Amino acid sequence: MKAAAFDLARPADLAEATALLAQPDSRVLAGGQSLGPMLNFRLVRPSLLVPIAGIATLTEVRETATDITIGACVTHAAIADGGVPDIGLNVLARVAEGIAYRAVRNRGTIGGSLCHADPAADWLTMLTALGAEVLTSFSRTLKLPGFVRAAFQTALQPGEIVVAVRVQKLGAGARWGYVKACRKPGEFAHAMAAVLLDPARGIRRAVLGATGGAPTVLDGNFGPPPGLPGVVLRRALTEAES
Amino acid sequence: MQDTVGQGIGQRVLRKEDDRYLRGRGEFVADIRLPGMMELAFVRSPLAHARIRAIHVPPHLAGRVFTAADLTDVRPIAAYSALPGFKRSEQPVLAREKVRHVGEALAVCVARTRAQAEDLAEQVEVDLEELPAVVDMLAAREPGATLVHEHWGDNVFLETVVEGDLDDIRKNAAVTVHRRLRTARQCMSPLEGRGVVAVWDRRLEQLLLTTSTQMPHIVRAGMAECLELDQGRVRVVAPDVGGGFGYKGILLPEEVVAGWLARKLGHPVRWIEDRREQLTGNADCREHFYDIFAYADAEGNLLAVEADATVDAGAYSIYPFSACLEAAQIASILPGPYTMQGYRCRTWSVATNKPPILPYRGVARAGVCFALETMLDAIANRLGVEPHEIRLRNLVPADAMPFDNITKKHFDSGDYPECLRRAVAAIDVPAVRARQAAQVGTGKLLGLGMAIFCEQAAHGTSVYAGWGIPMVPGFEQAVARLTPDGGLELRVGIQSHGQGLETTLAQVGHEILGVPLEKIMVVHGDTAITPYSTGTWGSRCAVMAGGAVATACRDLAARIAVIGAHLLQATPDSVRVGGNRVASATASVGIADVAHTWYRRPQDLPEGVSGSGLEVTSGYKPVRDSGTFSYAAHACVVEVDTELGAVKILDYVIVEDGGVLLNPMIVDGQVEGGTAQGIGTALLEEMPFDWHGQPLASTLAEYSLPGATEMPRLRILHMETPSPYSAFGQKGIGEGGAIGPPAAIANAVNDALRPLGAVVTQLPITPARVLAAIGR
Repeated sequence: MKAAAFDLARPADLAEATALLAQPDSRVLAGGQSLGPMLNFRLVRPSLLVPIAGIATLTEVRETATDITIGACVTHAAIADGGVPDIGLNVLARVAEGIAYRAVRNRGTIGGSLCHADPAADWLTMLTALGAEVLTSFSRTLKLPGFVRAAFQTALQPGEIVVAVRVQKLGAGARWGYVKACRKPGEFAHAMAAVLLDPARGIRRAVLGATGGAPTVLDGNFGPPPGLPGVVLRRALTEAES
Repeated sequence: MQDTVGQGIGQRVLRKEDDRYLRGRGEFVADIRLPGMMELAFVRSPLAHARIRAIHVPPHLAGRVFTAADLTDVRPIAAYSALPGFKRSEQPVLAREKVRHVGEALAVCVARTRAQAEDLAEQVEVDLEELPAVVDMLAAREPGATLVHEHWGDNVFLETVVEGDLDDIRKNAAVTVHRRLRTARQCMSPLEGRGVVAVWDRRLEQLLLTTSTQMPHIVRAGMAECLELDQGRVRVVAPDVGGGFGYKGILLPEEVVAGWLARKLGHPVRWIEDRREQLTGNADCREHFYDIFAYADAEGNLLAVEADATVDAGAYSIYPFSACLEAAQIASILPGPYTMQGYRCRTWSVATNKPPILPYRGVARAGVCFALETMLDAIANRLGVEPHEIRLRNLVPADAMPFDNITKKHFDSGDYPECLRRAVAAIDVPAVRARQAAQVGTGKLLGLGMAIFCEQAAHGTSVYAGWGIPMVPGFEQAVARLTPDGGLELRVGIQSHGQGLETTLAQVGHEILGVPLEKIMVVHGDTAITPYSTGTWGSRCAVMAGGAVATACRDLAARIAVIGAHLLQATPDSVRVGGNRVASATASVGIADVAHTWYRRPQDLPEGVSGSGLEVTSGYKPVRDSGTFSYAAHACVVEVDTELGAVKILDYVIVEDGGVLLNPMIVDGQVEGGTAQGIGTALLEEMPFDWHGQPLASTLAEYSLPGATEMPRLRILHMETPSPYSAFGQKGIGEGGAIGPPAAIANAVNDALRPLGAVVTQLPITPARVLAAIGR
């Protein structure tokens, strides 16, 4: 399958990208690891494709005393390879290196993954557990999981794009766990759970992914649900507590 | 001579072809670009079973879109079997009247790019009247089932019976075990899919079909039949081919359509299969159901095996192997490497509204081995003995070789019990049992499983003649010729697509003549310049093409000797050819000098020398053509996660006897690759269909293939029992790796699950099936 014909416009900066995306039937292209196959299967047929991976500001990373802001077009591989500062316990790099396969990590981006909002996506689940925020081209700040409305649906407005993801640094004594049930390493998970235990910040949170909808957040004194989600959640907890 | 030491038979020389492959310089069909070449896209059926009311091609697409109504001079693909009772199917290259599986081609679209061809395809309106689909092979056998081919009256391509009188055994057997076992429909997935470039050569009035095939000469014959051309008007070239495994042992509707279009339109056309076409419409194999009994006495002696075996053959009989190869194989090989007194097997090759099945690496053997070895474990379990003990009691003993088994299979050589003993020693059964006991109650269960099987390879005329399919292998031929500078060209009709035959056949030539490997060129994959051959399938090339090359080189050596002797002023019978030279008792000349004399200085040739020169075509058949029997024992340890249902392979041992190994490194590669595919069969690969016949996996995200992370570190051990029938004692080993894993792994999983009273009876062993078996 090959994509139906579309126009391609390469914006130099965010302003130009935003202007282009105001056109009807336009679609933003980041790493293309999900959109590429969707185009080829003709599941989406934009008349205009706006690639943003080349916009320099979207690959910037900023660090403050309390958080890290990662440009939307930073790739999974860059994060896995230590290309962004550590928020603590190397959690971002460890999650990134388990995303799909190296070829996908080389091009796939953190912002693109969130915008695609596949319920089984690693970032969606883990960044929800970390309480990350999404910064958009409309100067909005949207907190996960509210950013995701449902499977493959976000709170973005037409023409709005994610420009960065802000993640709080972990407190002292924080622990985390992350477990996926996959047929093979790199494949989409059938069940996944992320756990963050951060007593310094008063957080005891678990997030269940691959649910068929937005991630399920369990805060405080949660117990494992039945079935596979319960199994991965128990194991993520064990991982965090060990 | 020193530079050529260590290049002959048995040497682990690096593969000649890898230089271009590893540098990305191979040339596959998709690398071919020709001036004026147009791309093809097919309109394919979205329904599994439907009557075609109409296909509306918009008027402005005339000349760019073609349907069956345009292909009035094309004959359907017909692969008949002469076995009594076989019901014939005809596969139109573009569907007529009915479609019988999702993905069946309805129209072809021609455009400058594939994307534009797909744009055209979207504009073709197909008016289909949906019919109930027959999807399950057992339901298809029931009276009143929807009919795939109405005029048959039922859905059975062929029913066969191997009768045996088991009444006494049934009555008196101390142990009777019964299982219903199912293997999944799989998709063969070579790295390179299919593809074809068709060009009509106006000067030669010849169709040049460059296609990704394992059997160029067979495609040529089938192509000529469908297009009603003289075979001389068709040339088939297989360039570099990225894996076959049986997937490319077929004449394709797409090839016929491309050939017809190239001639009609006068410009080259190309079709490159994409992964969706491969998965949903083209590539199915291996769907078996067994209702099987095994009987043993109280000491564990196998008395009889009895089975009803059904194969889902899909909608059409494929060219050249037909719809019945798989089931016929089952009936003849189910007894495996065991002795028994009684045997009975009925088989059904059933038509359904699914794509045709093809014989995949190991053909029916992977399923058969799974079925039979499951029964051996069941008997062992009933008697409370180790699985290897029951096998050792029943394997064909070494001193019985050569051995004719209960289905008249002729085992040429080997020591099967020793093979199993070595595997058992390597996997260390007592140590595994100790670890198993220590693990009880941890949520992770260890299991030990094994399988032993044989692989009949290079079986020839006597085996295939009775089937009456469009292809019966006879003598295998090779051309050996010296070039004027003393190089050796070997021309063979088989095709190498990963087997390393450009290397191993050169090693054979080197063994006879001593020409260095660098100066030996193996030419294959082109009907215009190679002798006829049925191609590369059935693990036949090492034996058949290897034997043919050896014969041709020996015949060439005799001619070299005549000229060499003259140059040495000796008699031909007093010289010896070898080591790239012709030597008399006192002197020698190089083979290159002989070549130079024949081609460049004919004035120096002896009086009365034969005019046939330094180019020989020779034919070869083994002493017996009932096949070589390589065999192997697989033993593995798995860990089953009883919460997730996941199966992890912790250890995997293979003891393989492939006779004399032409190149042990290449054999190891074959075993490893085959085992990877066998692990896919065991744990991952499955093409599910819904009740409407819709394939439910359309990308590799849903169709799970084994990859690097699924491969355990294999421990491969060798025995080398020569075949008494082949040129060097070699045996075919191309498929064995794929045969053992489903049985060994399933037995290991069931061994692990035994404390829970759970049994898995269906492949692949997915987490869902494991959890269902243990009731979670």
